[in-house]
Amino acid sequence: MSRPVETATEHAPAPGQDSPGWVRDRRARLQYAALGVVMVVMAVMPYGLTDRGESIAVRTLIIAILAIGWNLMSGYGGLFSFGHAAFFGIGAYTDAYLVVEHGISPWIAMVVGAVIAALAGTLIAYLCLRYRLAGAYFALATFAFAQLFLLVVQNVEALGKTEGFNLEILPEDSWWMMQFESGSSNYFWIPAALLGLSLALVIAFTHSRTGQRVAAVRDDEVAAESLGISVMRHRLVPVALSCMISAVAGAYYTQYYFYVGPQQGFGAAVSVEAIVPAVIGGIGTVWGPVVGALVVGPLAELITELLRSPPDSLSFLQGLTGLDVAVYAVLLIVIVRFMPRGIFGTLQRWRRR
Amino acid sequence: MSDAQVVEQSAAEVDESGRRSARNVLVGILATGVAGLLAVYLVGDRDPGLVTQAIATGILLGGVYALVSVGLTLIFGVLGIVNFAQGSMLTLSMYLVLSLVQSVGMPVYVATLLAVPVMFGLGYVLQLTLLNKLTLSGNHEGPLLMTLGLSLLIVNVLLMVFSGRPQSVGTAIEGSLRVFGALLSWERIVAFLGAVAVTIALTVILRRTSFGLSIRAVASNPGGAALVGVNVGRVYALTFGIGAACVAVAGGLMAPLVSMTPTVGEEFTILAFVIVVLGGLGNVFGAMIGGLIIGLVQTVGSLYLPGTGSLILVFGVFVLTLFLRPQGIFGGAR
Repeated sequence: MSRPVETATEHAPAPGQDSPGWVRDRRARLQYAALGVVMVVMAVMPYGLTDRGESIAVRTLIIAILAIGWNLMSGYGGLFSFGHAAFFGIGAYTDAYLVVEHGISPWIAMVVGAVIAALAGTLIAYLCLRYRLAGAYFALATFAFAQLFLLVVQNVEALGKTEGFNLEILPEDSWWMMQFESGSSNYFWIPAALLGLSLALVIAFTHSRTGQRVAAVRDDEVAAESLGISVMRHRLVPVALSCMISAVAGAYYTQYYFYVGPQQGFGAAVSVEAIVPAVIGGIGTVWGPVVGALVVGPLAELITELLRSPPDSLSFLQGLTGLDVAVYAVLLIVIVRFMPRGIFGTLQRWRRR
Repeated sequence: MSDAQVVEQSAAEVDESGRRSARNVLVGILATGVAGLLAVYLVGDRDPGLVTQAIATGILLGGVYALVSVGLTLIFGVLGIVNFAQGSMLTLSMYLVLSLVQSVGMPVYVATLLAVPVMFGLGYVLQLTLLNKLTLSGNHEGPLLMTLGLSLLIVNVLLMVFSGRPQSVGTAIEGSLRVFGALLSWERIVAFLGAVAVTIALTVILRRTSFGLSIRAVASNPGGAALVGVNVGRVYALTFGIGAACVAVAGGLMAPLVSMTPTVGEEFTILAFVIVVLGGLGNVFGAMIGGLIIGLVQTVGSLYLPGTGSLILVFGVFVLTLFLRPQGIFGGAR
């Protein structure tokens, strides 16, 4: 049912058999090494960034984490989600609610949000799978749940209705409350570390035995089941992980912007933000969502900037809203039509030839 | 008895029992619906006049919902793809009507007649150029992503051209009709009748013409249809075109009733999806019944839950459907 995606399984023996350890390990080692390089680059990056550059970078990081989460469920798990806003929103709102109403540390709130999102996601996916809702049907069911959550949040007093939550700005820096002076590099390093953790989780997962079984279930459910793999369990594992990661992105969103409202948490635009980078970068690849986020994040900012103060030759663009999304809609259409493996997936394929 | 006969017979039995259970469910839903409406009248603690008004509006609204959903369900039934751009195509046709009204001073319903072939052509070309290859390759995600991209593109291009300022086509017909104490504007009545007429026409085309036959053939077995000489790609394109044309009619009929913004149709994508799931994916008649139910749920619900609250009820119906009867009212075994 899903398009064959680039993973280690293509070259590894069928799951369930003992594959020679070094094959998996060498590929995993390469991935970890690449991750290490990325982390080093990100560690020194704030020194070369202006305040504005840093805010774009943070925005890109949040999108990247969200897309990594989406990719785990939809790329590796084969369950196409059109409603990842549901889990991003749960993360963002749990954080806001616990921090604002109860003064709990955002670190704890982040974990709580991740757990709630994982439970909600697993439950939704379980119910859908139980009734054999697959493919496009599953996608729109998740979309409907995200919309349902959006409506609930907009109508429940305790969740701030349409106003959402504003975080209180503390007078002093505090790691415990995740607050620093404006423009502090910590605001970059925290999501960078979260990104690193998510990627490490993805790499470990895809090279683990469970990850291989998950890929087997995705590629051919019947064959996998005949080998004794529990289909339901191996469908739900990536869902839970995916929802956790997306919720963490949501929680950090609230922390960084000091605000979350229904549209920022549960809006359909958030679901789109989860999908587009992963598709542009390459569905079902470790680095695809990151590459995609690197395209989408700065591009949106660049266009917004261009619209605010266009050069003389393009002065008709002044104040034109909608161009940013229109541009990445075109990008999405072109990629889906002509490069279905995405940027990273296509590069990977060339290299292997 | 040969094997073939056995298979045929058991298939017929399955079909028959499926139909019977669909009938039972329909009767059940009708009974629940009537009981629910009676309860609203008797113990609902709302003015009976308001309730009648809500029911009448709900039925008329449901007719238009049904038309949008018919397009969606047809595309799903034949192509197997969920058209995520259905709502934004609705918006696009509304703006098409609006520009014709504003620039040439054309009456709304005449403009609608012009919008229909334009949208049909657009749907045809989109399917032929962008979607056919993905549809024929048989994966679900490609077409879904493509229609998502189209939806984003349409909405944001409209935003760039017309800005987000709400606009209106003005009144199409003055006056209203009083039925059982409920006041119904002629615009709503025309919208309802138009929607019903188009749906019936579509059903007749599907059931009675050779073109309808080729569509149904492709829907049930594309490979087999291709073998007997049906051009599957062309049928796909025509079907998508028809889906777009349905939306154009709905857009024109609804244009006088709404305040237009580029995002006005977004809500309909999900509403239409809920309706289609409720009626049974791919089932045209189911989409009509589903449309009426959702229209009623929304208007009667808004007596109790103002604003966006009534949409929660709509999703409540959706979640119930998913878990009690995921194949929908008229869906066979999936």
